[in-house]
Amino acid sequence: MAAFTAALRSGALINGLRASFRTLPPVKYGAVAAAVPPTNLPRGCRWSSASALSVKERIDHKRKTALCGGGQHRIDAQHKKGKLTARERVELLLDPESFVESDMFVEHRCSDFGMEQDGNKFPGDSVVTGRGRINGRLVYVFSQDFTVFGGSLSGAHAQKICKIMDQAMMVGAPVIGLNDSGGARIQEGVESLAGYADIFLRNVMASGVVPQISLIMGPCAGGAVYSPALTDFTFMVKDTSYLFITGPDVVKSVTNEDVTQEELGGAKTHTTVSGVAHHAFEDDVEALLNVREFFNFLPLSNQDAAPIRECHDRSDRLVHSLDTIVPFETTKAYDMLDIVHATVDESDFFEIMPNYAKNIVVGFARMNGRTVGIVGNQPKVASGCLDINSSVKGARFVRFCDAFNIPIITFVDVPGFLPGTAQEYGGIIRHGAKLLYAFAEATVPKITVITRKAYGGAYDVMSSKHLRGDVNYAWPTAEVAVMGAKGAVQIIFRGKENQAEAEAEYVEKFANPFPAALRGFVDDIIEPSTTRRRICRDLEVLASKKQLNPWKKHANIPL
Amino acid sequence: MAAHRLSPSLNRLLLAGKYASFWTRCCAVHGYAQYSTACSPNEKTFDKILIANRGEIACRVMKTCHKMGIQTVAVHSDVDASAVHVKMANEAVCVGPAPTSKSYLNMDAIMDAVRATGAQAVHPGYGFLSENKEFAKRLAAEGVAFIGPDTYALQAMGDKIESKLIAKAATVNTIPGYDGVVKTVEEAVKISQDIGYPVMIKASAGGGGKGMRIAWNDEETREGFRFSSQEAASSFGDDRLLIEKFIDNPRHIEIQVLADKHGNALWLNERECSIQRRNQKVVEEAPSTFLDAATRRAMGEQAVQLAKAVQYSSAGTVEFLVDSNKNFYFLEMNTRLQVEHPITECITGLDLVEQMIRVAKGYKLQHKQEDIPINGWAIESRVYAEDPYKSFGLPSIGRLSRYQEPLNLSNVRVDSGIQEGSDISIYYDPMISKLVTYGATRAEALASMEDALDNYVIRGVTHNISLLREIITHPRFISGDISTNFLPEVYPDGFKGHQLEADSRRELLAAAAALHITAQLRSQRRAPSVATRCPCVKVEVDGQWNLASPLLPLAINGTHRMLQFKVRVLSKLAAQLNSYMPEKVPEDTSSLLRSPMPGAVVTVSVKPGDSVAEGQEICVIEAMKMQNSLTAARQAKVKSVHCKPGETVGEGDLLVELE
Repeated sequence: MAAFTAALRSGALINGLRASFRTLPPVKYGAVAAAVPPTNLPRGCRWSSASALSVKERIDHKRKTALCGGGQHRIDAQHKKGKLTARERVELLLDPESFVESDMFVEHRCSDFGMEQDGNKFPGDSVVTGRGRINGRLVYVFSQDFTVFGGSLSGAHAQKICKIMDQAMMVGAPVIGLNDSGGARIQEGVESLAGYADIFLRNVMASGVVPQISLIMGPCAGGAVYSPALTDFTFMVKDTSYLFITGPDVVKSVTNEDVTQEELGGAKTHTTVSGVAHHAFEDDVEALLNVREFFNFLPLSNQDAAPIRECHDRSDRLVHSLDTIVPFETTKAYDMLDIVHATVDESDFFEIMPNYAKNIVVGFARMNGRTVGIVGNQPKVASGCLDINSSVKGARFVRFCDAFNIPIITFVDVPGFLPGTAQEYGGIIRHGAKLLYAFAEATVPKITVITRKAYGGAYDVMSSKHLRGDVNYAWPTAEVAVMGAKGAVQIIFRGKENQAEAEAEYVEKFANPFPAALRGFVDDIIEPSTTRRRICRDLEVLASKKQLNPWKKHANIPL
Repeated sequence: MAAHRLSPSLNRLLLAGKYASFWTRCCAVHGYAQYSTACSPNEKTFDKILIANRGEIACRVMKTCHKMGIQTVAVHSDVDASAVHVKMANEAVCVGPAPTSKSYLNMDAIMDAVRATGAQAVHPGYGFLSENKEFAKRLAAEGVAFIGPDTYALQAMGDKIESKLIAKAATVNTIPGYDGVVKTVEEAVKISQDIGYPVMIKASAGGGGKGMRIAWNDEETREGFRFSSQEAASSFGDDRLLIEKFIDNPRHIEIQVLADKHGNALWLNERECSIQRRNQKVVEEAPSTFLDAATRRAMGEQAVQLAKAVQYSSAGTVEFLVDSNKNFYFLEMNTRLQVEHPITECITGLDLVEQMIRVAKGYKLQHKQEDIPINGWAIESRVYAEDPYKSFGLPSIGRLSRYQEPLNLSNVRVDSGIQEGSDISIYYDPMISKLVTYGATRAEALASMEDALDNYVIRGVTHNISLLREIITHPRFISGDISTNFLPEVYPDGFKGHQLEADSRRELLAAAAALHITAQLRSQRRAPSVATRCPCVKVEVDGQWNLASPLLPLAINGTHRMLQFKVRVLSKLAAQLNSYMPEKVPEDTSSLLRSPMPGAVVTVSVKPGDSVAEGQEICVIEAMKMQNSLTAARQAKVKSVHCKPGETVGEGDLLVELE
């Protein structure tokens, strides 16, 4: 809580904003809005409710004003920063002419610090809200308008967001938030804080009901960061977006660290170091177009099945390149992404967190047109071992897929959990448990392909048969064992001679898929080239899978 | 050591059975290759042949062996364990780790493999041990046939200095030059001055453009001498060099000869190989547009004279430089099967590998000189994994994530040793395949080549298809006006890619827009039906619209086109808004020296704090056996060095930073 208040107090941005409002001449449209009633209306009927004409004119005028946000010069300033305006963003994100706006007339209700003046009122306040369609599919959107009070969050602003979120929950449609806000509206004080909390509550209530996506397209600091953090996916725009609890100034005064905004909370930091954001895009246009693509993968709600798109890639296509992808030397790396790209429809893979915890690969793809979630160990990075970050990354993705009926396909090549004090002290036990928990509780169709190593506890974790895997395959190169031959031999034949011979015997016995296949822990040993064909067929069968976990208020995942 | 090698080989023997069905598939695909597919069943040759090579040539040789009912043995390095030639062979033996000197040039291991498998003969392909007399001797000592000429011819022709002397004695036209080994840099400079610049410095044991440099002055002679001797040492294990007059603007035309062990020899017409970059051939054709019947006969007869002078047997190639007056000079004789042999097979109908095997067994030639026809025209494009935008091709590496040969077209032959999923590594030649088309006329063959290049799908590595397509559609090439300087003359500033004309730009834009709309409509689950309109001209685009296929056959305004592309189309709104987006500033590269290709660092000539002049050598990168000197782009002080000799670097890796 200390940090939270510090952020608000620190908000150099917000203070600056207030200052600027005092010094700037009245905004063009604001000024006109204030001047309209006296000049255009005959004095006698000014207060008469019967003048339909004047109301119509006022409506038109308010609408026109709302469309201009904070005024042309602020729009220009926004453009100069390489950013689009709130409305341009909505327009680009949604299908042409599909946007239906709500609450265009809402204004803030603050009457302190001169905020009650007409010049400080903007129809719609600092957020654009409404619904629209992406490729014809319903979505609710809010887009914070930096040109109005720096996009700061007022009570009215929060109320507008809550309204569309409530409706999205009711009809079962995703919510996309386009964040570009300096933070709380300081003039409003606690009302602004209440607004944040209202949004947080709705984020939590909507979690697992409808997909929620946050796209950070400008500053997002202090308490505001918790809304994106509660949503399913957070995307950022490179160089223009920041996410942090406290800005560089406060960091300097509290911990005496010198750090820039970009280093502290830029897209690169959050997509590579902290794992807060799931993807970063070059610029606004790129980001919005990619979110459209991303949206195509998602079901509208937890009542909706994973979407199926017309598929031009033959579901029975044999992928011969997979027959040679796993190197003969078990210590040699290969790229799990090659397997993913070769297997899924049209090599179209939307990777989530491509630059964070790269030893696990997660993302969305399609099999025979149907959206699937892909999880794969990446032998190219840290041998594909599981560590704290990769477990958390994988767990969160698996839970999203399970919440929204998206089948999970897991490619396993895992030598085990990463040993070491750093991992143990960091709590690999409880973090590793998250991935185990996520796979175990998932009731969506689960298909697992062991491409090479499946060693130790990590084998159990990676969507094994024992965790209710529906179909578990092994490639001929698979080795399901407690550990690698060398380590095993050192334990079994401790102090004995002829270690090399023993090792060869161990390899012969265990470094192959037979021990697991004999016991039914894998359903079949398949030629790699047939992987796609088999998964597509299995998914068809599993489409009608019904599985329920025992009733509970909610489960208690080891957080 | 022997045991160590044998166990993987046993492993491989077991695996060979598993992949038996692969060969059937290969046969079906390549069944219509344009050379004789018939062979005389009564002629008993060998039961089992070991192919001491890799890649496409190993596969090429195995095809003929299988046609003749001969068992095949592949040898391979450990990284090639799942290569196509290994799967194709009946047996395979691992002969060592990836570096060629430890595997494909490792005679001890290959001799072990010959013994272990009981092969009766060895086909060496080209490169590697194909012209190594030591290898031929060792085989002979164990009673194993070497499918190639005997050691005397190998020795005589393998040495460029000796071969020139023999050629002179056999009244073959030769180039003025110094007939001897050059030992020191100073000697090289003196000899070069005597001959008169320009001169060519080349490896005595060389071939394939390796260890070869042209010098126009003393300074370049010194540098060339140093490079060539290093390259020669690493490629051939023999750093001896020779120097000769460099004939400016010549054509490179070679004569294929075929001789038996009974003193008979034939010339199988010429191959025009003038399109080269860095002395390596890119596009070849047979016959040549330049030769008349008299010159062809004269060249052919001299080639046969030379072959007879060294008691040559097997297939060989006599290379000539031909100047604009049709004077021809003997360049060298390649005592092996040449890379570009398929075009000769196309126009003569002979299977050169089959002939080599027959001759090695001691059979007489089946044909007489007057039986050798020129039927039609054949063109070969060498498809390389390299970036044609960097000095007409710098090696690139990667995994062929998608690979589809244009074998659906008629009159197309593709000789390759890779398949989808194969790795192009830094260890070996970056050739992907040899694409050969054949036609009754040159125009027909060229049209087929254009189609074939358009239909070739290669993803995952940078390739030179764009350059090949530019060459074969260039008016100068079409008119036959070519020389070995074709590429530098036509593209003095380097290859910049195809320059679109207004019409084709419109057509492409229309096609891209149509493709985009199709994808959009699919996302909205509506049936696609597309007619695209450009602002001024109507362009009708019609097609199959399979968005998963790498090839998109379209009818654009009624013309059939084969397109391969990945489009990024912005809506009008997105394009407008895009103008607000900031330009991302690329890093200033003049102070950063990055590796232009993947390879190994041979030398680093600077250390931090050194001052370098513009053009001064900073380091040398060796890739695919070529040494490339990287120089400073401007005068500067060296800030930091990020590589050291022996290190492997990837494309774009930072090597040296200047201040």
